[in-house]
Amino acid sequence: NRAVFFAGPGGGSSDVQWYFSQVKGAMDDDVAEADIISTVEFNHSGELLATGDKGGRVVIFQQEPESKNQAQCRGEYNVYSTFQSHEPEFDYLKSLEIEEKINKIRWLPQKNAAQFLLSTNDKTIKLWKISERDKRAEGYNLKEEDGRYRDPNSVTTLRVPVLRPMDLMVEASPRRVFANAHTYHINSISVNSDHETYLSADDLRINLWHLEITDRSFNIVDIKPANMEELTEVITAAEFHPNQCNTFVYSSSKGTIRLCDMRASALCDRHTKLFEEPEDPNNRSFFSEIISSISDVKFSHSGRYMMTRDYLSVKVWDLNMETRPVETYQVHEYLRSKLCSLYENDCIFDKFECCWNGNDSVVMTGSYNNFFRMFDRGYRQDMTFEASRENSKPQSVLKPRKVSTGGKRKKDEISVDSLDFNKKILHTAWHPLDNIIAVATINNLYIFENKMN
Amino acid sequence: MDRGTMECAVDAQSLISISLMKIHNSRTQRGGIKLHKNLLVSYVLRNARQVYIKEKYAEIYRMQQYEEVMTVCNEIQELNPLDPEPEDAEEEDLEVAALSCCAPLQDGGGKEPETSFYRSCCMETPGSPCDPFAGNGSHCNKTTVLDLDTHVVTTVENRYLHQDCCCSAPQCAPVPDSPVRKRKGDFGCCASDLEEVSDFSASRKRVRREECTDPNYTDTSNISNLISIFGSGFSGLLSRQADLEQICSKQALASLGAWTRAIVAF
Repeated sequence: NRAVFFAGPGGGSSDVQWYFSQVKGAMDDDVAEADIISTVEFNHSGELLATGDKGGRVVIFQQEPESKNQAQCRGEYNVYSTFQSHEPEFDYLKSLEIEEKINKIRWLPQKNAAQFLLSTNDKTIKLWKISERDKRAEGYNLKEEDGRYRDPNSVTTLRVPVLRPMDLMVEASPRRVFANAHTYHINSISVNSDHETYLSADDLRINLWHLEITDRSFNIVDIKPANMEELTEVITAAEFHPNQCNTFVYSSSKGTIRLCDMRASALCDRHTKLFEEPEDPNNRSFFSEIISSISDVKFSHSGRYMMTRDYLSVKVWDLNMETRPVETYQVHEYLRSKLCSLYENDCIFDKFECCWNGNDSVVMTGSYNNFFRMFDRGYRQDMTFEASRENSKPQSVLKPRKVSTGGKRKKDEISVDSLDFNKKILHTAWHPLDNIIAVATINNLYIFENKMN
Repeated sequence: MDRGTMECAVDAQSLISISLMKIHNSRTQRGGIKLHKNLLVSYVLRNARQVYIKEKYAEIYRMQQYEEVMTVCNEIQELNPLDPEPEDAEEEDLEVAALSCCAPLQDGGGKEPETSFYRSCCMETPGSPCDPFAGNGSHCNKTTVLDLDTHVVTTVENRYLHQDCCCSAPQCAPVPDSPVRKRKGDFGCCASDLEEVSDFSASRKRVRREECTDPNYTDTSNISNLISIFGSGFSGLLSRQADLEQICSKQALASLGAWTRAIVAF
């Protein structure tokens, strides 16, 4: 029974205080590559929080029930299940190694006692069932307790096995493997509101699957040109509409978003709507194409809006207006003059994600120096916070941070040249019903929450 | 192209070499070639190349004007400079103009490699033994394309010229692959240096790059050889002015195709 906590400021305004709650992960500065977090996702109730990493593992945290002693103190998230989702593979035909890195995790809505999630690497999607076992059958007739089979001749009486309680065991088992449908690298998966189908998108194609059927999928978008020399854009993200099961969107490297209706035709190559903002000619540079590439697209919970993230900004679009976004938020505009260096060190290719809070009043995204930003759409306020071990005392307040862009640097401000570009927050998630956020640095997961007054 | 907004001293030439290095390195990256990243790099390549060609064009225009003026200068010097003829006043102006034109060329400074590159182009006027149209460039005009869907490998021959191939024959081996292999050694040292830079500091990075400077690394002919591998035509630089304008615009349109071909080739 979870109360909805956020009546009032949604979390992005200065009236709301954010507090450090927990941090997960190793404390060493020496980061093992396999531990790099590559995706973070709350389930539909917010009770479970899943992370995927570069080593192909999935770690699921579960929120403890609120303690009766400390009223209004939310439960902690503790490890619930850990399993190896994907292993590295080798494609012998193409002489290519397939990375085991988990690109995305998406939860299915809960239908019974078990939980289901989809996890994907570059080529293969897997459906995992996570179930609890807290009872064990004892007293078999043909087996000993340790599992060895008894000699049938030694059985003289029959008994009915009984269920006895045991320590809780959480099991993850792969129920479906959806393979061999993508030539290019999968960047997105999205579960449909019909709870029966889902889509997977790679650089050039989007496929529609039925959750029960693994040996075939329908191709619904194909932007591969007949001649690869004519390639000018790729698909960067795709998502189903939250309540219209016939509608989905996909974003491109050219900064456009296409909305497609699956009722219109089997192959949705012709979009129903095209969302594009004309480029500002004053901002033209060598890197214009790179920074306009969209790295993430997310529908609002209401389904009325969608949000896109490109390198420097977050844009909120009204699905009824294709010509320009209704809101644009600059995440780190001070980087515009640094694009050349960011190109040299490859940071300009970083793919930042973005997320909505539960009632769509606040949007959040990450930046460098382990900063993350919140934009309150209603109160027109933005906040910058830092996820760091230094600010990790239990229940310590998160102090707003500021990057100084002008010549004079005020106290407590940090200059652009002091920013650590190796510390980046690419993945953030917001609890669907509460003001709890999960923020992933390179190899740590921070959980912050706000307080009720 | 507003380059004033960029803080670090980026010029088209270094962007081209950085981009080519990224594409080259992507061949050995784990997980296979990332189509999205290579496409974005090809856009930077295209943009840098357009600026590079424009700059070259402008320079050639200036140099051709200079050459015309120098020709006049020489003619003037044959006359008696002390003979105060009224018509000479105009020629003296030309001489002064010519002398002022000479100055920038002599203090090449940082543009030294570029100037020598240009000179090699300029001196090989039609009639030189190294005639690019003779088909000597045949060994440099193949591009290999791999279609990731059908797994068909095709080798495309494109008719274009690269004078550097002819003039600097030792650098352009008969086998299309070997220039790439040769370049691997050159890039090897610099690639690891660039990757080691973890702190973001423009000045520090510049220092590292200077330390790493291998005479071959920023050499224009180095770039032009790599570009020849990718099937790009820099032939526009070599012909006359009018042809130059035509070819430049055609090249600009065709350039993106050439660069994406480069992605597929790897």
